[in-house]
Amino acid sequence: MDTTLILHFLTIPWVFLLWTTFLKSFIFLNAAIIVVSVTVFAERKVSAFIQDRVGPNRVGIPLTLFGGKKDSFFFGLGQMVADPIKLLTKENFVPAGVNKFYFWLAPKLVMVPPILVLAVIPFGSTLFGVPMTIANLNIGVLFIFAISSLSVYGITLAGWASNSKFPFLGGIRSSSQMISYELALGLSVIPIFMIVGSLNLNEIVDWQVKNGWLLSPYWPRGFSLSLLMHPMQALHSLLLGVSLQRLLLWVPLLISFVIFIVAIFAETNRLPFDLPEAEQELVGGYHTEYSSMNFALFFLGEYAAMFAGSAAIVSLFLGGWSCPLIPDGSHGWYWGLINIAVFFVKVSMLLLFFIWVRWTLPRFRYDQLMSLGWLGFFPIALGNIFLTALILAFVHH
Amino acid sequence: MALVVKRPKLTLAERCYLPSIVAGLAITWKHLKRAIFNKGIVTMQYPEEKWDASMPDWYRGAPTLVSDEHGKERCVACQLCEFICPPRAITIKPTEIPEGDAWRKVEKRPEEFDIDMTRCIYCGLCEEVCPEQAIFLRKDYSITGLNRAEMVHDKKTLYKLGGVMKGLVFKWNDLK
Repeated sequence: MDTTLILHFLTIPWVFLLWTTFLKSFIFLNAAIIVVSVTVFAERKVSAFIQDRVGPNRVGIPLTLFGGKKDSFFFGLGQMVADPIKLLTKENFVPAGVNKFYFWLAPKLVMVPPILVLAVIPFGSTLFGVPMTIANLNIGVLFIFAISSLSVYGITLAGWASNSKFPFLGGIRSSSQMISYELALGLSVIPIFMIVGSLNLNEIVDWQVKNGWLLSPYWPRGFSLSLLMHPMQALHSLLLGVSLQRLLLWVPLLISFVIFIVAIFAETNRLPFDLPEAEQELVGGYHTEYSSMNFALFFLGEYAAMFAGSAAIVSLFLGGWSCPLIPDGSHGWYWGLINIAVFFVKVSMLLLFFIWVRWTLPRFRYDQLMSLGWLGFFPIALGNIFLTALILAFVHH
Repeated sequence: MALVVKRPKLTLAERCYLPSIVAGLAITWKHLKRAIFNKGIVTMQYPEEKWDASMPDWYRGAPTLVSDEHGKERCVACQLCEFICPPRAITIKPTEIPEGDAWRKVEKRPEEFDIDMTRCIYCGLCEEVCPEQAIFLRKDYSITGLNRAEMVHDKKTLYKLGGVMKGLVFKWNDLK
Protein backbone atom coordinates (compact mmCIF):
# COMPACT_ATOMS: atom_id res chain seq x y z
CA MET A 1 0.00 0.00 0.00
CA ASP A 2 1.40 3.36 -0.76
CA THR A 3 0.66 6.48 1.16
CA THR A 4 -1.41 8.28 -1.43
CA LEU A 5 -3.88 5.40 -1.44
CA ILE A 6 -4.22 5.56 2.35
CA LEU A 7 -4.64 9.34 2.19
CA HIS A 8 -7.24 8.93 -0.49
CA PHE A 9 -9.07 6.39 1.65
CA LEU A 10 -8.92 8.64 4.70
CA THR A 11 -10.46 11.53 2.79
CA ILE A 12 -13.56 9.64 1.65
CA PRO A 13 -16.29 11.66 3.44
CA TRP A 14 -17.68 8.91 5.67
CA VAL A 15 -14.27 7.49 6.50
CA PHE A 16 -13.07 11.00 7.29
CA LEU A 17 -16.07 11.56 9.56
CA LEU A 18 -15.44 8.22 11.24
CA TRP A 19 -11.80 8.65 12.10
CA THR A 20 -12.03 12.32 13.05
CA THR A 21 -14.95 11.51 15.35
CA PHE A 22 -13.01 8.68 16.97
CA LEU A 23 -10.00 10.91 17.43
CA LYS A 24 -12.09 13.76 18.84
CA SER A 25 -13.94 11.44 21.21
CA PHE A 26 -10.71 9.88 22.41
CA ILE A 27 -8.99 13.21 23.04
CA PHE A 28 -12.00 14.93 24.58
CA LEU A 29 -12.77 11.96 26.83
CA ASN A 30 -9.21 11.91 28.10
CA ALA A 31 -9.27 15.67 28.52
CA ALA A 32 -12.48 15.32 30.54
CA ILE A 33 -10.94 12.68 32.79
CA ILE A 34 -7.86 14.83 33.32
CA VAL A 35 -10.16 17.76 34.14
CA VAL A 36 -11.93 15.51 36.65
CA SER A 37 -8.73 14.55 38.44
CA VAL A 38 -7.55 18.15 38.47
CA THR A 39 -10.94 19.21 39.82
CA VAL A 40 -10.76 16.66 42.63
CA PHE A 41 -7.35 18.02 43.58
CA ALA A 42 -8.59 21.62 43.26
CA GLU A 43 -11.56 20.75 45.43
CA ARG A 44 -9.31 19.51 48.22
CA LYS A 45 -6.93 22.42 47.89
CA VAL A 46 -9.57 25.16 47.64
CA SER A 47 -11.58 23.69 50.51
CA ALA A 48 -8.43 23.70 52.60
CA PHE A 49 -7.65 27.30 51.74
CA ILE A 50 -11.20 28.42 52.47
CA GLN A 51 -10.96 26.77 55.88
CA ASP A 52 -7.49 28.25 56.56
CA ARG A 53 -5.79 24.87 56.18
CA VAL A 54 -2.93 23.75 53.97
CA GLY A 55 -4.50 20.89 52.04
CA PRO A 56 -2.66 18.00 50.40
CA ASN A 57 0.96 19.13 49.98
CA ARG A 58 3.04 16.02 50.57
CA VAL A 59 2.71 13.82 47.51
CA GLY A 60 5.38 14.72 45.00
CA ILE A 61 8.41 13.15 43.42
CA PRO A 62 10.40 11.19 46.04
CA LEU A 63 13.81 12.36 44.87
CA THR A 64 15.43 11.05 48.06
CA LEU A 65 14.69 7.50 46.89
CA PHE A 66 16.91 8.07 43.87
CA GLY A 67 19.73 9.71 45.77
CA GLY A 68 18.39 13.28 45.68
CA LYS A 69 18.90 15.63 48.59
CA LYS A 70 15.34 16.77 49.05
CA ASP A 71 11.91 15.49 48.03
CA SER A 72 10.13 17.72 45.58
CA PHE A 73 6.54 18.36 46.56
CA PHE A 74 5.19 20.65 43.80
CA PHE A 75 2.37 21.85 46.09
CA GLY A 76 1.16 18.25 46.41
CA LEU A 77 0.30 17.92 42.74
CA GLY A 78 1.25 14.24 42.90
CA GLN A 79 -2.00 13.73 44.79
CA MET A 80 -3.77 13.78 41.42
CA VAL A 81 -1.96 10.57 40.51
CA ALA A 82 -1.91 9.07 43.99
CA ASP A 83 -5.69 9.22 44.46
CA PRO A 84 -6.61 7.13 41.40
CA ILE A 85 -3.83 4.62 42.15
CA LYS A 86 -5.15 4.19 45.66
CA LEU A 87 -8.72 3.74 44.45
CA LEU A 88 -7.67 1.27 41.74
CA THR A 89 -5.58 -0.93 43.98
CA LYS A 90 -7.90 -1.15 46.96
CA GLU A 91 -9.98 -4.24 47.64
CA ASN A 92 -13.37 -4.06 45.98
CA PHE A 93 -15.50 -5.15 48.88
CA VAL A 94 -19.04 -6.31 48.17
CA PRO A 95 -21.25 -6.79 51.24
CA ALA A 96 -23.06 -10.12 51.58
CA GLY A 97 -26.66 -8.90 51.47
CA VAL A 98 -26.54 -6.86 48.27
CA ASN A 99 -28.26 -7.52 44.99
CA LYS A 100 -25.10 -8.31 43.07
CA PHE A 101 -26.25 -7.44 39.55
CA TYR A 102 -27.67 -4.01 40.32
CA PHE A 103 -24.92 -3.32 42.82
CA TRP A 104 -22.35 -3.67 40.04
CA LEU A 105 -24.50 -1.96 37.44
CA ALA A 106 -25.27 1.21 39.43
CA PRO A 107 -21.83 2.88 39.35
CA LYS A 108 -21.65 2.46 35.58
CA LEU A 109 -25.08 4.04 35.21
CA VAL A 110 -23.88 7.05 37.17
CA MET A 111 -20.62 7.41 35.28
CA VAL A 112 -21.79 6.96 31.68
CA PRO A 113 -24.46 9.72 31.24
CA PRO A 114 -22.24 12.73 32.03
CA ILE A 115 -19.64 11.42 29.60
CA LEU A 116 -22.30 10.88 26.91
CA VAL A 117 -23.46 14.45 27.42
CA LEU A 118 -20.02 15.68 26.43
CA ALA A 119 -20.68 14.42 22.90
CA VAL A 120 -22.87 17.39 21.96
CA ILE A 121 -20.78 20.09 23.62
CA PRO A 122 -18.98 22.34 21.12
CA PHE A 123 -15.60 22.61 22.79
CA GLY A 124 -13.95 24.60 20.03
CA SER A 125 -14.66 26.22 16.68
CA THR A 126 -12.83 24.31 13.98
CA LEU A 127 -9.39 22.82 13.75
CA PHE A 128 -8.06 22.24 10.19
CA GLY A 129 -11.66 22.62 9.03
CA VAL A 130 -12.94 19.87 11.33
CA PRO A 131 -15.73 21.15 13.63
CA MET A 132 -14.82 20.64 17.26
CA THR A 133 -18.02 18.92 18.30
CA ILE A 134 -18.22 15.16 18.53
CA ALA A 135 -21.89 15.01 17.50
CA ASN A 136 -23.60 17.96 15.85
CA LEU A 137 -27.13 17.09 17.00
CA ASN A 138 -30.15 19.24 16.15
CA ILE A 139 -31.68 18.37 19.51
CA GLY A 140 -28.50 19.20 21.41
CA VAL A 141 -29.94 20.65 24.59
CA LEU A 142 -32.77 18.12 24.74
CA PHE A 143 -30.15 15.38 24.42
CA ILE A 144 -28.34 16.83 27.42
CA PHE A 145 -31.50 16.88 29.54
CA ALA A 146 -32.55 13.41 28.44
CA ILE A 147 -29.20 11.77 29.09
CA SER A 148 -28.07 13.61 32.20
CA SER A 149 -31.27 12.80 34.07
CA LEU A 150 -30.54 9.10 33.53
CA SER A 151 -27.79 9.19 36.12
CA VAL A 152 -30.44 9.39 38.83
CA TYR A 153 -31.30 5.75 38.04
CA GLY A 154 -27.79 4.76 38.92
CA ILE A 155 -28.01 6.54 42.26
CA THR A 156 -31.41 5.09 43.07
CA LEU A 157 -30.30 1.60 42.05
CA ALA A 158 -27.17 1.93 44.16
CA GLY A 159 -29.29 2.91 47.14
CA TRP A 160 -31.72 0.08 46.61
CA ALA A 161 -29.27 -2.69 45.71
CA SER A 162 -27.03 -1.94 48.70
CA ASN A 163 -29.67 -3.44 51.02
CA SER A 164 -28.84 -0.96 53.74
CA LYS A 165 -30.96 1.82 55.19
CA PHE A 166 -28.73 4.84 54.62
CA PRO A 167 -28.03 4.22 50.93
CA PHE A 168 -31.73 3.52 50.51
CA LEU A 169 -32.66 6.91 51.98
CA GLY A 170 -30.06 8.53 49.74
CA GLY A 171 -31.52 6.86 46.66
CA ILE A 172 -35.04 7.97 47.50
CA ARG A 173 -33.89 11.51 48.14
CA SER A 174 -32.08 11.55 44.83
CA SER A 175 -35.16 10.59 42.83
CA SER A 176 -37.41 13.12 44.57
CA GLN A 177 -34.76 15.78 44.17
CA MET A 178 -34.61 15.06 40.47
CA ILE A 179 -38.34 15.49 39.81
CA SER A 180 -38.39 18.80 41.65
CA TYR A 181 -35.47 20.20 39.67
CA GLU A 182 -35.71 18.80 36.16
CA LEU A 183 -38.77 20.94 35.44
CA ALA A 184 -37.10 24.20 36.39
CA LEU A 185 -33.97 23.12 34.55
CA GLY A 186 -35.86 22.48 31.35
CA LEU A 187 -38.07 25.56 31.55
CA SER A 188 -35.23 27.92 32.37
CA VAL A 189 -33.52 27.45 29.00
CA ILE A 190 -36.65 27.98 26.88
CA PRO A 191 -36.04 31.78 26.69
CA ILE A 192 -32.75 30.95 24.96
CA PHE A 193 -34.48 28.87 22.33
CA MET A 194 -36.99 31.66 21.78
CA ILE A 195 -34.20 34.15 21.20
CA VAL A 196 -31.84 31.95 19.19
CA GLY A 197 -34.47 29.78 17.51
CA SER A 198 -32.53 26.54 17.72
CA LEU A 199 -31.86 23.65 20.07
CA ASN A 200 -28.55 22.87 18.44
CA LEU A 201 -25.73 23.84 20.76
CA ASN A 202 -23.49 24.65 17.80
CA GLU A 203 -26.03 27.09 16.45
CA ILE A 204 -26.55 28.62 19.89
CA VAL A 205 -22.81 29.21 20.19
CA ASP A 206 -22.61 30.56 16.62
CA TRP A 207 -25.45 32.97 17.44
CA GLN A 208 -23.48 34.16 20.44
CA VAL A 209 -20.37 34.61 18.33
CA LYS A 210 -22.32 36.92 16.02
CA ASN A 211 -24.58 38.68 18.50
CA GLY A 212 -22.65 38.46 21.72
CA TRP A 213 -22.89 36.27 24.78
CA LEU A 214 -26.44 35.69 25.92
CA LEU A 215 -25.62 36.83 29.42
CA SER A 216 -24.46 40.25 28.32
CA PRO A 217 -26.82 43.24 28.03
CA TYR A 218 -24.64 44.99 25.45
CA TRP A 219 -22.45 43.83 22.61
CA PRO A 220 -20.72 45.96 19.99
CA ARG A 221 -21.76 45.05 16.45
CA GLY A 222 -19.11 43.79 14.07
CA PHE A 223 -16.26 45.03 16.23
CA SER A 224 -12.80 43.70 15.45
CA LEU A 225 -9.18 44.56 16.11
CA SER A 226 -8.74 46.12 12.66
CA LEU A 227 -11.51 48.60 13.43
CA LEU A 228 -9.28 50.23 16.05
CA MET A 229 -7.46 51.94 13.18
CA HIS A 230 -10.69 53.64 12.09
CA PRO A 231 -12.09 55.50 15.11
CA MET A 232 -15.33 56.57 13.41
CA GLN A 233 -16.22 53.06 12.33
CA ALA A 234 -15.27 51.70 15.75
CA LEU A 235 -17.54 54.27 17.43
CA HIS A 236 -20.30 53.36 15.01
CA SER A 237 -19.93 49.70 15.86
CA LEU A 238 -19.94 50.43 19.60
CA LEU A 239 -23.11 52.54 19.29
CA LEU A 240 -24.85 49.99 17.10
CA GLY A 241 -24.51 47.52 19.96
CA VAL A 242 -26.93 49.49 22.14
CA SER A 243 -30.41 48.10 21.70
CA LEU A 244 -33.50 48.32 23.89
CA GLN A 245 -34.55 44.74 23.14
CA ARG A 246 -31.15 43.41 24.16
CA LEU A 247 -31.22 45.44 27.36
CA LEU A 248 -34.72 44.22 28.27
CA LEU A 249 -33.92 40.62 27.35
CA TRP A 250 -31.06 40.73 29.80
CA VAL A 251 -33.55 40.51 32.70
CA PRO A 252 -35.18 37.19 31.76
CA LEU A 253 -31.81 35.78 30.69
CA LEU A 254 -30.28 36.63 34.03
CA ILE A 255 -33.19 34.91 35.78
CA SER A 256 -32.75 31.91 33.48
CA PHE A 257 -29.06 31.83 34.25
CA VAL A 258 -29.58 31.81 38.01
CA ILE A 259 -32.25 29.12 37.83
CA PHE A 260 -30.22 27.02 35.41
CA ILE A 261 -27.06 27.19 37.48
CA VAL A 262 -28.93 26.31 40.70
CA ALA A 263 -30.67 23.43 38.93
CA ILE A 264 -27.31 22.18 37.65
CA PHE A 265 -26.07 22.20 41.24
CA ALA A 266 -29.03 20.01 42.16
CA GLU A 267 -28.58 17.84 39.10
CA THR A 268 -24.94 17.11 39.89
CA ASN A 269 -25.72 16.49 43.58
CA ARG A 270 -23.38 19.19 44.71
CA LEU A 271 -23.72 21.11 47.92
CA PRO A 272 -26.01 22.88 48.88
CA PHE A 273 -28.15 20.16 47.30
CA ASP A 274 -26.16 17.00 48.01
CA LEU A 275 -29.05 15.38 49.86
CA PRO A 276 -28.46 11.90 48.37
CA GLU A 277 -24.96 11.91 49.79
CA ALA A 278 -25.38 13.97 52.98
CA GLU A 279 -22.35 12.64 54.87
CA GLN A 280 -23.52 14.02 58.21
CA GLU A 281 -26.94 12.40 58.07
CA LEU A 282 -26.61 9.33 55.85
CA VAL A 283 -23.01 8.21 56.46
CA GLY A 284 -22.16 8.36 52.76
CA GLY A 285 -25.61 8.26 51.22
CA TYR A 286 -26.00 6.11 48.16
CA HIS A 287 -22.35 5.06 48.01
CA THR A 288 -21.99 4.01 51.64
CA GLU A 289 -21.49 0.34 50.76
CA TYR A 290 -19.15 0.92 47.84
CA SER A 291 -15.40 0.75 47.84
CA SER A 292 -12.47 0.77 45.48
CA MET A 293 -13.15 1.30 41.77
CA ASN A 294 -16.93 1.09 42.15
CA PHE A 295 -16.75 4.03 44.52
CA ALA A 296 -14.33 5.77 42.20
CA LEU A 297 -16.86 5.46 39.38
CA PHE A 298 -19.42 7.35 41.48
CA PHE A 299 -16.76 9.91 42.18
CA LEU A 300 -15.82 10.14 38.53
CA GLY A 301 -19.50 10.40 37.59
CA GLU A 302 -20.09 13.26 40.00
CA TYR A 303 -17.14 15.27 38.77
CA ALA A 304 -17.77 14.44 35.13
CA ALA A 305 -21.33 15.68 35.67
CA MET A 306 -19.87 18.88 37.08
CA PHE A 307 -17.70 19.22 34.00
CA ALA A 308 -20.60 18.49 31.65
CA GLY A 309 -22.86 20.90 33.55
CA SER A 310 -20.27 23.66 33.43
CA ALA A 311 -19.74 23.00 29.73
CA ALA A 312 -23.50 23.29 29.16
CA ILE A 313 -23.67 26.56 31.10
CA VAL A 314 -20.72 27.93 29.14
CA SER A 315 -22.25 26.93 25.79
CA LEU A 316 -25.69 28.26 26.63
CA PHE A 317 -24.97 31.51 28.43
CA LEU A 318 -21.31 32.41 28.27
CA GLY A 319 -20.54 32.20 24.58
CA GLY A 320 -19.04 28.71 24.40
CA TRP A 321 -15.56 28.79 22.89
CA SER A 322 -15.84 32.40 21.75
CA CYS A 323 -13.96 35.29 23.22
CA PRO A 324 -14.22 38.91 22.06
CA LEU A 325 -11.58 39.91 19.45
CA ILE A 326 -10.39 36.32 18.96
CA PRO A 327 -11.34 34.98 15.51
CA ASP A 328 -12.51 31.39 14.99
CA GLY A 329 -10.60 28.43 13.63
CA SER A 330 -11.19 29.27 9.97
CA HIS A 331 -8.47 31.95 10.25
CA GLY A 332 -5.78 29.43 11.11
CA TRP A 333 -5.28 26.31 13.20
CA TYR A 334 -3.68 28.28 16.06
CA TRP A 335 -6.88 30.29 16.49
CA GLY A 336 -8.73 26.96 16.65
CA LEU A 337 -6.46 25.84 19.48
CA ILE A 338 -6.92 29.18 21.27
CA ASN A 339 -10.70 28.74 21.00
CA ILE A 340 -10.44 25.33 22.66
CA ALA A 341 -8.27 26.89 25.39
CA VAL A 342 -10.85 29.67 25.89
CA PHE A 343 -13.56 27.04 26.34
CA PHE A 344 -11.55 25.16 28.96
CA VAL A 345 -10.67 28.37 30.81
CA LYS A 346 -14.36 29.28 31.03
CA VAL A 347 -15.26 25.79 32.19
CA SER A 348 -12.57 25.75 34.85
CA MET A 349 -13.76 29.14 36.13
CA LEU A 350 -17.21 27.65 36.56
CA LEU A 351 -15.77 24.52 38.21
CA LEU A 352 -13.97 26.80 40.66
CA PHE A 353 -17.31 28.48 41.31
CA PHE A 354 -18.88 25.06 41.97
CA ILE A 355 -16.17 24.29 44.52
CA TRP A 356 -16.36 27.75 46.05
CA VAL A 357 -20.11 27.44 46.57
CA ARG A 358 -19.73 23.98 48.07
CA TRP A 359 -17.45 25.24 50.82
CA THR A 360 -19.61 28.29 51.52
CA LEU A 361 -23.20 27.16 51.82
CA PRO A 362 -24.73 24.72 54.27
CA ARG A 363 -26.94 21.92 52.95
CA PHE A 364 -30.59 22.73 52.29
CA ARG A 365 -33.12 20.88 54.35
CA TYR A 366 -35.22 18.31 52.53
CA ASP A 367 -38.49 20.28 52.55
CA GLN A 368 -36.67 23.54 51.78
CA LEU A 369 -35.29 21.96 48.63
CA MET A 370 -38.74 20.75 47.58
CA SER A 371 -40.40 24.11 48.19
CA LEU A 372 -37.56 25.93 46.45
CA GLY A 373 -38.00 23.72 43.40
CA TRP A 374 -41.77 23.58 43.18
CA LEU A 375 -42.86 26.90 44.70
CA GLY A 376 -39.86 29.02 43.81
CA PHE A 377 -38.14 28.11 40.60
CA PHE A 378 -40.95 26.40 38.73
CA PRO A 379 -43.33 29.42 38.66
CA ILE A 380 -40.47 31.86 38.15
CA ALA A 381 -39.16 29.89 35.19
CA LEU A 382 -42.67 29.68 33.74
CA GLY A 383 -43.24 33.43 34.17
CA ASN A 384 -39.83 34.07 32.71
CA ILE A 385 -40.90 32.42 29.43
CA PHE A 386 -43.87 34.76 29.15
CA LEU A 387 -41.71 37.75 29.96
CA THR A 388 -39.30 36.81 27.18
CA ALA A 389 -42.17 36.27 24.76
CA LEU A 390 -43.62 39.72 25.57
CA ILE A 391 -40.26 41.42 25.07
CA LEU A 392 -39.66 39.62 21.79
CA ALA A 393 -43.15 40.44 20.54
CA PHE A 394 -43.41 44.11 21.47
CA VAL A 395 -39.90 45.49 21.56
CA HIS A 396 -38.38 45.28 18.12
CA HIS A 397 -34.80 45.35 17.27
CA MET B 1 -48.82 26.17 78.69
CA ALA B 2 -47.74 26.17 75.17
CA LEU B 3 -44.79 28.35 74.44
CA VAL B 4 -45.20 30.51 71.36
CA VAL B 5 -41.93 31.05 69.59
CA LYS B 6 -41.97 34.33 67.73
CA ARG B 7 -40.57 33.82 64.26
CA PRO B 8 -38.77 36.90 62.97
CA LYS B 9 -40.42 38.43 59.95
CA LEU B 10 -38.08 38.03 57.00
CA THR B 11 -37.75 40.62 54.31
CA LEU B 12 -37.98 39.66 50.66
CA ALA B 13 -34.19 39.86 50.31
CA GLU B 14 -33.78 37.45 53.21
CA ARG B 15 -36.40 35.08 51.89
CA CYS B 16 -34.83 34.71 48.46
CA TYR B 17 -31.43 33.71 49.97
CA LEU B 18 -29.40 35.43 47.27
CA PRO B 19 -27.98 38.44 49.21
CA SER B 20 -26.81 36.25 52.08
CA ILE B 21 -25.37 33.72 49.63
CA VAL B 22 -23.35 36.50 48.03
CA ALA B 23 -22.24 37.70 51.48
CA GLY B 24 -21.16 34.17 52.37
CA LEU B 25 -19.27 33.79 49.12
CA ALA B 26 -17.46 37.05 49.86
CA ILE B 27 -16.35 35.74 53.25
CA THR B 28 -15.01 32.46 51.90
CA TRP B 29 -13.31 34.30 49.04
CA LYS B 30 -11.51 36.46 51.58
CA HIS B 31 -10.18 33.35 53.34
CA LEU B 32 -9.23 31.72 50.03
CA LYS B 33 -7.34 34.80 48.90
CA ARG B 34 -5.51 35.08 52.20
CA ALA B 35 -4.60 31.39 52.34
CA ILE B 36 -3.26 31.29 48.78
CA PHE B 37 -0.59 33.76 49.86
CA ASN B 38 0.12 31.59 52.89
CA LYS B 39 -1.40 33.99 55.40
CA GLY B 40 -3.78 33.03 58.15
CA ILE B 41 -2.96 29.31 57.92
CA VAL B 42 -2.55 27.88 61.40
CA THR B 43 -1.50 24.35 60.41
CA MET B 44 1.85 23.21 61.81
CA GLN B 45 3.86 21.20 59.24
CA TYR B 46 4.62 18.46 61.73
CA PRO B 47 7.82 16.62 60.97
CA GLU B 48 9.52 19.84 59.87
CA GLU B 49 7.97 22.08 62.51
CA LYS B 50 7.58 20.83 66.06
CA TRP B 51 6.01 22.21 69.19
CA ASP B 52 9.08 21.33 71.28
CA ALA B 53 9.87 24.97 72.01
CA SER B 54 6.52 25.57 73.65
CA MET B 55 6.49 22.31 75.57
CA PRO B 56 5.98 22.75 79.37
CA ASP B 57 8.65 21.68 81.86
CA TRP B 58 6.38 19.12 83.45
CA TYR B 59 5.84 17.31 80.15
CA ARG B 60 5.96 13.53 80.61
CA GLY B 61 7.74 12.05 77.61
CA ALA B 62 9.90 8.97 77.37
CA PRO B 63 11.50 7.73 80.64
CA THR B 64 15.29 7.99 80.58
CA LEU B 65 18.24 7.29 82.86
CA VAL B 66 20.54 10.14 83.82
CA SER B 67 24.12 10.39 85.00
CA ASP B 68 25.42 13.28 87.11
CA GLU B 69 28.30 15.70 86.95
CA HIS B 70 30.52 13.35 89.00
CA GLY B 71 30.53 10.86 86.16
CA LYS B 72 28.42 8.42 88.12
CA GLU B 73 25.42 6.60 86.81
CA ARG B 74 22.63 7.44 89.23
CA CYS B 75 20.81 4.12 89.09
CA VAL B 76 21.75 1.67 91.86
CA ALA B 77 19.55 -1.16 90.52
CA CYS B 78 17.18 -1.16 93.50
CA GLN B 79 14.44 -2.30 91.11
CA LEU B 80 11.74 -0.19 92.74
CA CYS B 81 10.74 1.20 89.35
CA GLU B 82 10.53 -2.30 87.96
CA PHE B 83 8.12 -3.23 90.75
CA ILE B 84 5.98 -0.10 90.58
CA CYS B 85 5.67 -0.01 86.77
CA PRO B 86 1.96 -0.67 86.09
CA PRO B 87 2.39 -2.15 82.59
CA ARG B 88 5.61 -3.93 83.58
CA ALA B 89 7.60 -2.20 80.92
CA ILE B 90 10.88 -2.12 82.89
CA THR B 91 13.27 -5.07 83.17
CA ILE B 92 16.42 -4.67 85.25
CA LYS B 93 19.28 -7.11 85.64
CA PRO B 94 21.43 -5.91 88.58
CA THR B 95 25.08 -6.63 88.98
CA GLU B 96 27.69 -6.00 91.64
CA ILE B 97 30.18 -3.21 91.17
CA PRO B 98 33.58 -4.88 91.09
CA GLU B 99 36.43 -4.22 93.52
CA GLY B 100 38.62 -1.27 92.56
CA ASP B 101 35.84 0.74 90.93
CA ALA B 102 35.59 4.35 92.04
CA TRP B 103 32.00 3.80 93.12
CA ARG B 104 32.55 0.46 94.83
CA LYS B 105 30.70 1.66 97.95
CA VAL B 106 27.46 1.90 95.96
CA GLU B 107 27.68 -1.89 95.59
CA LYS B 108 25.05 -2.35 92.89
CA ARG B 109 24.36 -1.07 89.42
CA PRO B 110 22.23 -2.31 86.57
CA GLU B 111 23.88 -4.59 84.11
CA GLU B 112 20.92 -4.36 81.83
CA PHE B 113 18.10 -1.85 82.02
CA ASP B 114 15.38 -2.26 79.40
CA ILE B 115 12.23 -0.18 79.00
CA ASP B 116 9.78 -1.59 76.51
CA MET B 117 8.31 1.51 74.88
CA THR B 118 5.42 -0.46 73.38
CA ARG B 119 4.28 -1.08 76.97
CA CYS B 120 5.21 2.20 78.65
CA ILE B 121 2.19 4.34 79.50
CA TYR B 122 4.18 7.45 80.44
CA CYS B 123 2.60 7.53 83.90
CA GLY B 124 5.73 8.81 85.63
CA LEU B 125 5.52 6.42 88.60
CA CYS B 126 9.10 5.22 87.98
CA GLU B 127 10.35 8.79 88.31
CA GLU B 128 8.29 9.29 91.45
CA VAL B 129 9.42 6.11 93.16
CA CYS B 130 13.13 6.39 92.39
CA PRO B 131 15.08 7.04 95.63
CA GLU B 132 18.22 7.95 93.67
CA GLN B 133 16.78 10.53 91.24
CA ALA B 134 18.04 8.35 88.45
CA ILE B 135 15.07 8.01 86.16
CA PHE B 136 13.36 11.00 84.63
CA LEU B 137 10.58 11.43 82.09
CA ARG B 138 12.03 13.71 79.45
CA LYS B 139 10.46 15.52 76.51
CA ASP B 140 10.96 12.87 73.80
CA TYR B 141 7.53 11.85 72.53
CA SER B 142 8.22 10.57 69.04
CA ILE B 143 9.40 7.04 69.82
CA THR B 144 9.32 4.94 66.66
CA GLY B 145 10.67 1.63 65.48
CA LEU B 146 10.19 -0.86 62.70
CA ASN B 147 9.73 -3.88 65.00
CA ARG B 148 9.19 -4.75 68.64
CA ALA B 149 12.90 -5.23 69.30
CA GLU B 150 13.61 -1.70 68.14
CA MET B 151 11.01 -0.33 70.51
CA VAL B 152 12.87 -1.63 73.56
CA HIS B 153 15.20 1.01 74.95
CA ASP B 154 18.29 -0.62 76.41
CA LYS B 155 20.63 0.90 78.97
CA LYS B 156 22.81 2.59 76.37
CA THR B 157 19.86 4.28 74.66
CA LEU B 158 18.37 5.35 77.98
CA TYR B 159 21.59 7.04 79.08
CA LYS B 160 21.95 8.67 75.69
CA LEU B 161 18.43 10.08 75.88
CA GLY B 162 18.83 11.13 79.51
CA GLY B 163 22.27 12.68 79.31
CA VAL B 164 23.93 14.38 82.23
CA MET B 165 21.76 16.15 84.79
CA LYS B 166 23.41 18.62 87.10
CA GLY B 167 22.42 19.83 90.53
CA LEU B 168 20.87 16.63 91.83
CA VAL B 169 21.27 15.47 95.44
CA PHE B 170 24.71 13.84 95.75
CA LYS B 171 24.23 11.35 98.49
CA TRP B 172 27.25 9.14 97.60
CA ASN B 173 29.70 11.89 98.60
CA ASP B 174 32.93 11.37 100.47
CA LEU B 175 31.30 11.78 103.89
CA LYS B 176 29.41 8.59 103.43
